[in-house]
Amino acid sequence: MKHLVSIKDLNIDSAISLLASSQELALVNQRQVKKLPTLRGKTVVNLFYENSTRTRISFEIAAKRLSADVINFDASTSSLSKGESLKDTALTLEALGADVIVMRHPMSGAAQRLASSDWIRGSVINAGDGSHEHPTQALLDALTMQQRLDLGSNFKGLKVLIVGDILHSRVARSNIFLLKLLGAEVSVAGPETLVPIEISKLGVTVHHDFDQALADQPNVVMMLRVQAERMSKDLFPSASSYVKFWSLGGHRLAGLGPEVVIMHPGPMNRGFEISAEAADDPRSAVLQQVTNGLAVRMAVLQTTLSGGN
Amino acid sequence: MPIILKNLTLADGSRSDIRIEGDTIVEMGTISGSGIDCDSLIGLPGFVDPHTHLREPGFEASETVLSGSRAAAAGGYTAVCAMANTLPVADTAEIVDAVLDAGAEAGYCQVQPIGAVTNDLAGKQLSEISQMHQSRANVKMFSDDGICVSDPALMQEALAQVKVFGGVIAQHAQDPERTQGAQMNAGALAIELGLTGWPRLAEEDIIARDALLAEQTGARLHICHLTTAGGVEVVRWAKQRGITITAEVTPHHLLLTEELVRSYDPVYKVNPPLRTDADTKALIAGVLDGTIDVLGTDHAPHSAEKKEAEWGHAAFGMLGLETAASILHQVLAGTGSLTWQLFEQLISSRPAALTGLSDHGQLAVGRKANITVFNPHEDLAASTISQSLSSNNPYAGMVFKGRVQHTLYNGIFTVRDQKLQELK
Amino acid sequence: MTDRTVLSELDILRALKRIAHEILEANSGPENLLIVGIPTRGAPLAERISKILKEIEPGHSFESGVLDITLYRDDQDAASRQLGHTSIPVSGVHDKTVVLVDDVLFSGRTIRAALDALTEFGRPRQVKLAVLVDRGHRELPIRPDFVGKNLPTAISEHVAVNLVEIDGVDQVVISE
Ligand SMILES: [Zn+2]
Repeated sequence: MKHLVSIKDLNIDSAISLLASSQELALVNQRQVKKLPTLRGKTVVNLFYENSTRTRISFEIAAKRLSADVINFDASTSSLSKGESLKDTALTLEALGADVIVMRHPMSGAAQRLASSDWIRGSVINAGDGSHEHPTQALLDALTMQQRLDLGSNFKGLKVLIVGDILHSRVARSNIFLLKLLGAEVSVAGPETLVPIEISKLGVTVHHDFDQALADQPNVVMMLRVQAERMSKDLFPSASSYVKFWSLGGHRLAGLGPEVVIMHPGPMNRGFEISAEAADDPRSAVLQQVTNGLAVRMAVLQTTLSGGN
Repeated sequence: MPIILKNLTLADGSRSDIRIEGDTIVEMGTISGSGIDCDSLIGLPGFVDPHTHLREPGFEASETVLSGSRAAAAGGYTAVCAMANTLPVADTAEIVDAVLDAGAEAGYCQVQPIGAVTNDLAGKQLSEISQMHQSRANVKMFSDDGICVSDPALMQEALAQVKVFGGVIAQHAQDPERTQGAQMNAGALAIELGLTGWPRLAEEDIIARDALLAEQTGARLHICHLTTAGGVEVVRWAKQRGITITAEVTPHHLLLTEELVRSYDPVYKVNPPLRTDADTKALIAGVLDGTIDVLGTDHAPHSAEKKEAEWGHAAFGMLGLETAASILHQVLAGTGSLTWQLFEQLISSRPAALTGLSDHGQLAVGRKANITVFNPHEDLAASTISQSLSSNNPYAGMVFKGRVQHTLYNGIFTVRDQKLQELK
Repeated sequence: MTDRTVLSELDILRALKRIAHEILEANSGPENLLIVGIPTRGAPLAERISKILKEIEPGHSFESGVLDITLYRDDQDAASRQLGHTSIPVSGVHDKTVVLVDDVLFSGRTIRAALDALTEFGRPRQVKLAVLVDRGHRELPIRPDFVGKNLPTAISEHVAVNLVEIDGVDQVVISE
């Protein structure tokens, strides 16, 4: 696997294999000595066109644990990239010897564009492109589900509910693609403007009522972050009605079974899409997701950089 | 020295030779003496493109009148209509005359300027429509193409103005409100790819509105680049109602679908967007039943840096002139209902009538020798096209049935034996 | 392509028994031994050796482990590998005699990586190496302490160790 730009780059075998590698690395991360020599001499560039300190740090620690040299190129503020095209930035990074470019970009398809161009020889890892995909997030979510629910490689019968702005969420898309690939059942819930009915063509069940969606007894409830910048647009309900209809807390939290896993890709808007109570509930896997993010990103780096590319 | 084309098959199936003296066809039928053998080749009036972007003035890195006319000639065209979205915009008599002169200077085909409907394409006030009509360029077709004339009052006024001299408004049907930030056809694939969708309704209801405005004013309305099954139905309805409406389709909307967007390769980014397989089928049906009148290339060259970018940053548009005839031939042949008469109507006689180019669109003694000889037996590898300054060719890797053998513009070979000629 | 079976099921059993005896002999007894297999086929071999040791010294429990070396290889570019599982007993490696077990000893690079990987778990008193087959062609100054069979090979030949646990059959095959 040279690049990871989309969950569609994976088949069931490579997905299970990546999850297995991630699980091993999660164990390695619990050891005293956390540095591995695997990527000695390799250069990983974090090319971020959007601010995301969390994701950037996660990739940075992952690369450093594997002994890679890491360069952070914050293209959203860097004067180096002002007005420069993606092509020229890529050519520059290639000339500097980047072995992997980890890219976060506000436009859908940017990672694929870079990966399929002849501007670079190295690998591309998509750290989020527009509303399209965020594949490492989906992998770390799947790893968390495996661990919490003791799934092994069998996701059949697992029911996952994703709640919020599905239309604009790359986390939702990557999760839908991966979970469907692994054999899980996925349903989505949110207001009609943010969960258009055509989403059902992705192979998911669509709900426009959170309580009805919960009545199906999902094993996992994944809450998506509300993007504040979208709140101004008329497709979004008012803040108070969003909390009333789409927040996880109160009676909805109380109604969840003891084995249900609550997930959130972070950063959370406490008291908004998720109540503080739900975020801190023992059923919440939020911090485990963060920890697993590291293992998954190490596995992805190791996999893209090995294999005679 | 006269040129004699021997043994041509004409669109009606008859056989004929053609003798050309100077810039004129002087004899047809069986002509004694030797000439250029055209046995099993199709003799057609020179092709006419009602919809070309030549990019000059203003964007000469992408295309010039000269390079664009060379591409046109290579594609069998003897006349092209140059859209107004240049810099400055072709919204005055001076600018349209300058484009006309640049076309004459290049000499590869007639370059007929299209005038802007509104000043600077801003959609606020009408341009100098009658002055452009009265200029040397004698503009009869007006369009803000690239942008929709979305204000209905303005559109109605524009139709009323061109009605006076029998002109036509060519509308780029796209409701700007509902296509803000739109990147591709709206639907399940746009959702899957995380790209903002371009609703088909935002095209269709503009067509319906303008058809009613055309009916009201009695003026001629032309709809540029139809892309949806619904749009074909609206035009069909309007024609049945007796409205003076014509419709155009591009080669790419006949052939390509939104599935190509999966690659996120901006070479497939075009306005209006590629639609679905069902839409291409409806467009082809519209071509066959006469709902769609003409083929327009919407040849839209862009320099490399405008396409070597993220999908969202890249410019809309694709090359079309050099491949259009071959694609039309392949598409019509694919339906099993190819007739050379329909082919000729779509690519020559109807666009000539639409745009008022009276020296084109008909093969007859006494008329200007604007002739394209088409070879249906040889293939065109799309990757070999080379005349445009730009390379945003979406067909690379594809091979089409049929290609242009010779093009004669005003009695001069611009293409001979499939080779573009260097004119002095 | 000609296949030549060089060790049968019985040959393998004998070789492992002999290795087990030699380990005990070299260690002057069963104390402080940790048998660690290198995946893929070193792991079941290490388990088998532990079992034989138990048969020889029934009163004693022998610890074994698995050490994946993927992350320590010096040829990351060469092939894409899924990480294997690593499990070292909770008592660790400190002050123990660790016997690394692998199926075939060839260039020595795997063992070099294993020595690195082992370091992360502590400081063994000594590390020994047991292999079922030593086929020669070393690229590093590494030598085995216990060998099932020395098998001179041409560099172009391929040595395949098949084990029941993974391949359904016990045999060692050389192919060209
Ligand atoms: Zn247009």
